[in-house]
Amino acid sequence: MKDGHAPRRKLLIVIAGLLALLMITPFTSSYVIVLITHALVFAILAMSLDILLGYTGLPSLGQAAYLGMGAYLTAILAARYQFGLDWTFWVVILMGILIGAATAALFGLLAIRAGGVYFLMITLALAMCVWGLAYRWNSLTGGDNGIILPPRPQFGIQLSDDVTFFYLVFGFFVVSLAMLYILVKSPFGRSLEGIRENELRMRILGYNTWLHKYIAFIIAGGFGGLAGVLWAHAHGLVSPEDVTLATSVDALLMVVLGGSGTLVGGAIGAGIVVFLREYLSTLVPWWQYVLGGVYVLTILYLPGGLMSIPERVRGWRASSPGRSLSDLRPTNS
Amino acid sequence: MSEKIGQHEGGAVLELKGLSKSFGGLHAVQDVDLKIFPGDRKAIIGPNGAGKTTLFNVVTGVLPATSGQVLLFGEDITGWQCHRRTALGMARTFQITSLFPKLTVLDNVLLAIKGLRRTKFVMWRPLSSYRDVYEKARRLLESAGYWNRRDVEVRNLSHGEQRQVEVILGLASDPRILLLDEPAAGLASGESQEMTEFLRRLDPELAILLIEHDMDVVFDFADHISVLHFGEVVEEGTTERIRRSEKVQEIYLGTG
Ligand SMILES: Nc1ncnc2c1ncn2[C@@H]1O[C@H](COP(=O)(O)OP(=O)(O)OP(=O)(O)O)[C@@H](O)[C@H]1O
Ligand SMILES: [Mg+2]
Repeated sequence: MKDGHAPRRKLLIVIAGLLALLMITPFTSSYVIVLITHALVFAILAMSLDILLGYTGLPSLGQAAYLGMGAYLTAILAARYQFGLDWTFWVVILMGILIGAATAALFGLLAIRAGGVYFLMITLALAMCVWGLAYRWNSLTGGDNGIILPPRPQFGIQLSDDVTFFYLVFGFFVVSLAMLYILVKSPFGRSLEGIRENELRMRILGYNTWLHKYIAFIIAGGFGGLAGVLWAHAHGLVSPEDVTLATSVDALLMVVLGGSGTLVGGAIGAGIVVFLREYLSTLVPWWQYVLGGVYVLTILYLPGGLMSIPERVRGWRASSPGRSLSDLRPTNS
Repeated sequence: MSEKIGQHEGGAVLELKGLSKSFGGLHAVQDVDLKIFPGDRKAIIGPNGAGKTTLFNVVTGVLPATSGQVLLFGEDITGWQCHRRTALGMARTFQITSLFPKLTVLDNVLLAIKGLRRTKFVMWRPLSSYRDVYEKARRLLESAGYWNRRDVEVRNLSHGEQRQVEVILGLASDPRILLLDEPAAGLASGESQEMTEFLRRLDPELAILLIEHDMDVVFDFADHISVLHFGEVVEEGTTERIRRSEKVQEIYLGTG
């Protein structure tokens, strides 16, 4: 039918893009490899937020909290107990996911009941609590200075090599993307979309919408925790800075810039924000305003984010002169 | 419980006992009693602001009752959440169209059918891969003549079509009682006639409670009518009786 091949084509484009990234990255400069790795870590965080913001319609301002939990867990285990520096790295990955999910399970109890702007405020406040802990609990977290991690794990492979570590993070990114993609197409994922579109109707249709939102919140927390573990090793330093409001806002910016409700958009947004910030900060002292400006302009002029550009171009073409009647059919946006 | 009324023939599907709802000092619904049996075709009429929609909201759990009871198949569900009532066999439509505008007609119906299935929590398999759900959606949409529009986003349908999809979603959970809040609201007369015919074709065992302003639809469809005025049932009886009632005439002429 009309759009029968569109999803498959999109999938092929994404796979081609991933392959290109995988093959080109090792041949770039060591600096760019590190940046791409950072971007991939944040892409996982952004996609986890997209499950909430884009699919469920829950604008969380606290996604940094789960990243922080995962990152501090990794750093504390590594620096204090030398745990997670060999094959136990995989155990830490699992623990990071669990601690993110558990934190979300706790926070969700408080946040999910609130709607709209209250949800935003509560997630913000809860994330601030995590920041407060990181900042104040000196004996555990090193306070303001944070924790410097020992060299990256090695288990047969040397993760201290930036290219190898890139491959690892890339692998986690692809698996996360695939899992979340399957999730959003599943009955559960579609129910989240239904809740975003019309929660009351969903309740009347027999869905316990609170439970669905709560589960989504926990899943997003789990992926946030995963991003945290990877971030700790990617950056080599975990500090309260990672848990600030700015990190949560960055994640939000990535999703909105790329296009919320698309998963891939969050990843693209992550790439743009990470690179823009890195290069701008060396060029101009007021780079933060540039990012803020990009944010505002996106919301005003491109509410669907970068991912909506092809759709826009198509719409623009269809409304240009010389169109035929068959072009006027409603498009699938 | 010794008598499981609902499970037996002759038991009421839905029973309201002294149901009331106040918003501060405003008594939107007052002391409403009502019994609905399988296959009933009942209607509630009343002027704007009479409390009809509020009554539905209390019955379906969208709003908590101030006092009184709602019994579904003999079970007291007064404090229950919406989704549990649906699971027990209740469904409703909304006066103001309440669909998933950015989803296609088919996806709207698939979501609606999934609402009462345990597999709604499955995360590892596409929704579109459930054959039985798909076939059921197909049957529902075909019966209403919408199968060939299944890929249209709901927001691109006309108002009349959206009203129809509204009813289809209400039917998707195989309810045993369906509450229709002005299904013909905003329809042209031809369309509301079609709507009435569609409603009359529904399963004769299904109990239906209808709110409607369009008297042609009401008289055509219902065999029993309750008249709500300032939240109270002021008159009830057969369609014939309500048609003749002076009290009802007065209310509708504004002298009541
Ligand atoms: N959530 C609410 N909060 C406060 N007042 C409300 C609320 N919902 C309804 N009301 C009031 O209760 C009264 C009954 O409203 P309701 O919508 O039930 O009337 P109705 O009979 O459905 O009218 P209509 O025919 O216009 O649909 C009105 O005065 C309305 O303003
Ligand atoms: Mg009403």
